[in-house]
Amino acid sequence: MVEPRKGDVIDYRIDRGSGVPAYVQIVEQTERALRMGILQVGDKLPTAKEVVAATAVNPNTVLRAYRDMEQAGLVELRRGLGTFVTRSLARPGVEDDSPLRGEVADWVARARAAGLERADVLALVTAALDAYDNEHDGTTPGDRERKKEDA
Amino acid sequence: MTGPDASVALCARGLGFHYRRRGGRALQDCEFTVPGGRITALVGRNGAGKSTLLHLAGGLLRPGSGQLRVLGAVPGTSEARARVALLTQDKPLYPRFTVADTLLMGEKLNSSWDRTSAERIVREGDIPFHARIGELSPGRRTRVALALALGKRPELLLLDEPLADLDPVARGEIMAGLMAEAAERGINIVLSSHVLPELEEICDWVLVLQDGRIKLSEDVEALRQSHAVLVGAADQAGTLAGQHTVVQSRTSGRQLTSLIRQHGPLRGDWHVERPRLEDVLIGYLQPGEPGHCAPAERTEAVA
Repeated sequence: MVEPRKGDVIDYRIDRGSGVPAYVQIVEQTERALRMGILQVGDKLPTAKEVVAATAVNPNTVLRAYRDMEQAGLVELRRGLGTFVTRSLARPGVEDDSPLRGEVADWVARARAAGLERADVLALVTAALDAYDNEHDGTTPGDRERKKEDA
Repeated sequence: MTGPDASVALCARGLGFHYRRRGGRALQDCEFTVPGGRITALVGRNGAGKSTLLHLAGGLLRPGSGQLRVLGAVPGTSEARARVALLTQDKPLYPRFTVADTLLMGEKLNSSWDRTSAERIVREGDIPFHARIGELSPGRRTRVALALALGKRPELLLLDEPLADLDPVARGEIMAGLMAEAAERGINIVLSSHVLPELEEICDWVLVLQDGRIKLSEDVEALRQSHAVLVGAADQAGTLAGQHTVVQSRTSGRQLTSLIRQHGPLRGDWHVERPRLEDVLIGYLQPGEPGHCAPAERTEAVA
């Protein structure tokens, strides 16, 4: 049976104290859901009204996030119908049962057993990624955009 | 009829007001324009003139000098009254009326009345329709007053400290309801508040009042982009003066933390952060003029 394509596939959570603008949080959470395969091509995102009724953020914030994602080619705004996912970010290897994910889970368990804290683990992964990318100059377009935003 | 400035929510030119009995000026030389479609935070310390400004916009007071327009209309005229709703802090409701009577009154007094929305707001607060207003808790009274204001289907909603009486859960619910209303019907909202963290991600325009004068009237995102929080060695303070506007500055030991409005590139070695809206607002609400660096130097001399 086909899953219903309703607007209730993703719930946004806005952290007001983080200093990260809410529209960036919405884009990031959508991208994460796309990477994890939680959101799929054809899914309808919640309407601006649904998002603000759940999060109490300014409606323009939601519209801005959706416009940004439309420009990035991730979603399409269909007038009167809603906002729909047009591109997936899911890559082979991130599903729950993939070998890569299993290896990372094992590695994380070893790091934890060795007494590393969350920040240590993240720092290790980031350092390894940076070292690899510097050596191979292998940043993807998505990474480059994110770095520009950070700056 | 809508005026030429119908796309502008609020516009003041040389606006002034003083209360005869209290003496002193409540508002002075206020000049600002709030564009349409915005959710505006009206911020200022106690006595800065927030309530006065909202009462003027709602047509409950007349300007002493200058002019104020709401949606292009003169406040208090029948054109403005039909399109603007004001919820004041004292929430004038008849204590002997029941909730149902109060909503019925709203329906009779307003040509366009949205009974569904008004009743929904009351019902979401678990308020019995047969209860008398005088017997309700302050939070519930606020909810009924808000239902009355929104049932009117205003294009501009003016709220004076709307959440002050409400518990945290009710605050979240009311705010979410207001945002949903804004999303659905694109209404303009101006709300005054002391609770700055709550304004984060709610408001996209800010009006800051200080001692009856407008200190800021600006887009929130532009405000965050143009300001920076700098942390660095205190002996670099000199690199900021002249070029940038130092809004707030604090020295502890050898470290200087400074909120600046940035003009052009930075010189010196600074750790730079984008401020939250709250950081910017607090910077402007502190006493002392921007560009004033004396407290930092004084602290350094003592240390």
